[in-house]
Amino acid sequence: MAESAQVRAVEVPNAKTSDSLRHSAIVRGTHWITTISFLVLLLSGIAILLAHPRLYWGDVGGVGAPSLIDLPLPFVLHVPIRGPGRYLHFLSAWILVITGLVYAVSGILTHHFRKSLLPDKSQLGWDSIRQVASDHLHLKRPPKEEAFRYNLLQRVTYLAVIFGLVPLMIWTGLAMSPGFTSVFPAVVSTLGGHQAARTIHFFVAVSLVVFLMVHISMVCLAGFRRCVIAMITGRTASGTDYP
Amino acid sequence: MSKLMTRRTLITTALGVAAGASGIAVAARLANRYGLIPPDNGGVFGIGESLTYAAQRMLMSHHSLAREFSRSEISKVAPVNGDPPETEAYQRLLHTAFADWRLTVDGLVARPSSFTLEELKRLPSRTQITLHACEMGWSFIAEWTGVPLNYLLRSVGILPQARYVVLFPLDPWWESIDMADALHPQTLLAYAMNGEELPAPHGAPLRLRLPRQIGYKNVKYLSHIKVVDTVKNIGKGVGGANVEDGYSWYAGI
Repeated sequence: MAESAQVRAVEVPNAKTSDSLRHSAIVRGTHWITTISFLVLLLSGIAILLAHPRLYWGDVGGVGAPSLIDLPLPFVLHVPIRGPGRYLHFLSAWILVITGLVYAVSGILTHHFRKSLLPDKSQLGWDSIRQVASDHLHLKRPPKEEAFRYNLLQRVTYLAVIFGLVPLMIWTGLAMSPGFTSVFPAVVSTLGGHQAARTIHFFVAVSLVVFLMVHISMVCLAGFRRCVIAMITGRTASGTDYP
Repeated sequence: MSKLMTRRTLITTALGVAAGASGIAVAARLANRYGLIPPDNGGVFGIGESLTYAAQRMLMSHHSLAREFSRSEISKVAPVNGDPPETEAYQRLLHTAFADWRLTVDGLVARPSSFTLEELKRLPSRTQITLHACEMGWSFIAEWTGVPLNYLLRSVGILPQARYVVLFPLDPWWESIDMADALHPQTLLAYAMNGEELPAPHGAPLRLRLPRQIGYKNVKYLSHIKVVDTVKNIGKGVGGANVEDGYSWYAGI
C-alpha cells in the first residue's frame, strides 16, 4: 500500500508542502456549525417522529387510516422533549440555513465549488473512475494526493448532499408548514401532499444519516486524526500519517 | 507601535460590537413595532421562534389563503387528541344541546356581547374544506362551517389598541392569536363539520378553525373570546396553555 501511495504521489502536480492550508476558514467554520445543527436536527427530529412513527402518502393520514409504512418504533407521547424538540428543530434549522447560505455564497465567490467539488477533467477518464471505484470497494487506504484534493466519489457525494439532499430536506420541511404553503401552495402540491412531504422528509433524513456514517468511516480509513485536525486547523501534516 | 495597534484593534472591535448590538436593537424595535415578535420570544428558543414568526408574517403580508380541497377529498377518518371535558358542567351542556351555553366576547371591544349557539348560526357563515394537521404528524381533511371571526369581531367593534385575540375554552387549553390571523377570512368559529353538528370530540359546540396553523391552535369547546393588547398578564404570560407546556406560540411552523 505504501508503494502504491508513493507511485501515485508522483502524479500529484507540484505536491504541496506539509504546511499548506487544506480547508479554508469558511469551509471549516461552516462544516462544524453544520455538524452540530445537523445532529440537533436529527435528535429533535426523532423526538417529533416518535409522537407518530407511521408514514403516509397524499395529504392525509392517521390512526385508522391506511398507512404507507409502520416504522418499528414505539408511539412515545407525553414526553417533555416533544415541545422543546420542536423549538430546537426550528432553531437549528435556521442556523443550518443561514450557515448553508454563507457557505454557498462564499463557495461561488471563492470558486470553491468549481475548483474543489466539480469533478476534475483528469478524474473523469474511464481508467481513473475504475481506479477510484475499485479503491473504495477494496477499502484501500487513500493515496497521499487525496490529503490535498477530493477524489471523484467524494466530489460527487458532497455535491449530491450540498445541492441535492439538504435542499430537498428544506423543501420538504417547508412543505409541512401550513403558513408557508398558504403563500406557496406548489411547494406541497408538487410533492404529492402534506403526508408525502413528511414521508420524503423522513427518507432524506435517513439518507443523510447514511452519508454521515459513510463519511465518518472514510475519515477513519484515511486517518481520523489527520483529517479532523485538518478540518479544525486547516493544516494537514502530510508526512505524519503516511508510512 | 504595537501598543497603538492594540488600541486601534480595541477601538475597531468595540465599535464593531456597538454597531452590531445597536443594529440588532433597532431591528428588534422595528420588528416589535410591526408586530413581528411573538409572545414566546424569551430565551435561546425565542430567537428561532421570532425568526420564523417574522419571516412568515412578512411573506404572508398579502393575506395568503390556506389550501382548500374538493368534497371528494374529505377524509373518512378524522382523528382527535384527548376527550371532551369530563366536568359536570360540560356534560350538562352536552345533554341539553348547549341551550344554556353562551359565547362571551369582551376585552378591547366597543360592545362586549354574548351569543347563544342559535344566534351564532343566524350570522353570516362560511364553509371551507381544509386540512387539519396535528403537530404529532397525523392529518385529515374536513368541511367546516362557521362564523368568520373577522365578522364577529367587527360586529362588536374592535378598539384600536387590539393586538391579540385570546380564546378561552371549557377545558384548560386556551390559546391566543394575533390580529392578522383573527381577521383572516379563513379563520372561523366553526359549529358544523362535514355538514353535521360539530361532534363533541371535535370541540362542540364551537371551535376555532385556523387552517394556516397546526392543530393545537384550533381551540375546541370555546366559551369566551377576549381581545387584548398584551398576553403578558394571562397565565404565565406566553400566550397559551400549549406554550406554557413547551410548544411554539406561533404554529404556522
